Amino acid sequence: MGELYNRLASDIRFVESLKACINCGTCTAICPAAEFYAYDPRVVATTVQTQDDEKIRELLGSDVIWYCGECMSCKTRCPRGNAPGLLIMALRGLSQDLGYFTESEKGRQQLAVKRIIGDQILSSGYCVRPDIVDPALHPEQGPVWEWEHKNLGPVLDKLGANYNGDGAGALRKISDSDLDELKRIFEITGGKERYDNIEAFSKLKADEMGLEFGTDTTSDYVQHIYTANNQKHNHE
Amino acid sequence: MKLEGKRLIWQEYQKEIADDHYFYARSCIRQTFFPGAEAVFVKILKEELGKDIHDEKHHTSCTGIGYHSDVVPFDTTMTVVARQFALMTEAGYENYAASCVTSFGLYTEILDTWHHFPETEAKIREFLFKATGREFNKPKNLAHASDIVYKFRHQIAGKAKYKLVDKDTGEPLKVVEHIGCHYSKMFPHKGIGGAEYPYVLSGMIEAWGGEVIDYPERRHCCGFGFRQYLVQANRGFSLSCSKKKFDSMEPYEPDMIITNCPGCPMFLDRWQYALSEMEGKTYGKGKNGIPVFTYEEVAGLIMGYDPWEIGLQVHQVPAEPLLEKIGIPYDPDRKFKGKNGEDLGMPESPSYLKFYADK
Repeated sequence: MGELYNRLASDIRFVESLKACINCGTCTAICPAAEFYAYDPRVVATTVQTQDDEKIRELLGSDVIWYCGECMSCKTRCPRGNAPGLLIMALRGLSQDLGYFTESEKGRQQLAVKRIIGDQILSSGYCVRPDIVDPALHPEQGPVWEWEHKNLGPVLDKLGANYNGDGAGALRKISDSDLDELKRIFEITGGKERYDNIEAFSKLKADEMGLEFGTDTTSDYVQHIYTANNQKHNHE
Repeated sequence: MKLEGKRLIWQEYQKEIADDHYFYARSCIRQTFFPGAEAVFVKILKEELGKDIHDEKHHTSCTGIGYHSDVVPFDTTMTVVARQFALMTEAGYENYAASCVTSFGLYTEILDTWHHFPETEAKIREFLFKATGREFNKPKNLAHASDIVYKFRHQIAGKAKYKLVDKDTGEPLKVVEHIGCHYSKMFPHKGIGGAEYPYVLSGMIEAWGGEVIDYPERRHCCGFGFRQYLVQANRGFSLSCSKKKFDSMEPYEPDMIITNCPGCPMFLDRWQYALSEMEGKTYGKGKNGIPVFTYEEVAGLIMGYDPWEIGLQVHQVPAEPLLEKIGIPYDPDRKFKGKNGEDLGMPESPSYLKFYADK
């Protein structure tokens, strides 16, 4: 039993997710990601069960652990009550703690997720807000969204929201004191450390790739990881 | 499987839903894309059913999308959720009502984790107190907002002006119900009807006069997949999941789709547009697409609320064919106007999907 396995086993999601997988493949049969990507959650469970650190190290630096959509359909159907989706969450956490996520194209995307969603949580108190869903970056949102985005104030007012307003209601402004509490929670519980790790390891990779790192989503590195697709992720 | 068999399974998965006095936690995605749905929920509970619902101004995101895209660690998310519970406790409430399915799944996961690992709960209590000075009681009752509408579905039907019925033929509308994955796939006993045959939306559809379509990919994910949509390079995953569902439901000729998760209606709506632009393919009759609704919007519609007051104009797939089939009146000229009739311009017409604004 190696050090990496021990670190995985200390994650409560790992404890909850893997009790002697019997390799039946039910998780792979139900998995939406396994249908789209060259991905097999059964193989992930089998690999981790070997407790072989060399194999686990390979997983942590691979694209494989980033294919899951965390729908947790696997949890419903597994005859052993296992949850490969939770196992994936433990693997992704460890990959980010140790910096291995920057070794794969899909793993590197974590900086984009951190800067889009992670930073939004701390700056606004929301994971998502209408102003950040830029129609130029989201053509799939369609012309009605483009119209709404141009007219956010009056449309949201008509629909009963309290957009950027004080007090309760949809899309209200979260007060500075509430945001301060959120920040303190992140500092005390490891959330800030996770964010800092993602930034620090990504910076090393950006330097290695010769791409401008920046501090927001417009940097060359973020734009690269946000759009890069080597077309090697799907079934042949 | 025969319907009777499914009903037996549904009966095994019932849950207690509080009768009144709810602490309401809003959803980031529902507020962003369908804020009218949350307004309808609060209005129906307060004004139609006379219930007490607390709209808390201090609560934040539960961090659920950050947690499930793995940038936020579990300890952090658990402590943010503990803060929501502290706000509920301080406001004098015991019944937690979550608008978001991701949040509901997360609350369920956290309460289950604390049940099996009390030392983790103790650690999170310490974190919360250290960070905010707050303490909390766990909710006595945890419900998703759709559970509450399900509980009162017959009262809503009793007050409704319309039914999910074709006004010309008297036939029930054919309805696809789509349940957000995190509603019950992780903890089937926490959802009405469980994970395989969830009944939370089917119960509403039947009570309101419609007929539920049972199609092969009924339980398939809409394709959000968190990082799979958030990062542009991965969006083919999201689109493919939705397409699989549309292709599977198309032969049953659904009149509408109803969802209980905040993200699913956005994806099922927008990906129909994207597919129409990419392939010229539309899934409804006459290039209409299949209109997609939240359960709150449908409750509002049958209660007779104005379609443009509850937000149906911000859907890309037009609702008008369904409104006409049921016989719900609407003013096409007011669709894209502001609250007081001000001119806000007009969206562009899609290439294939029918556009009703210039009717």
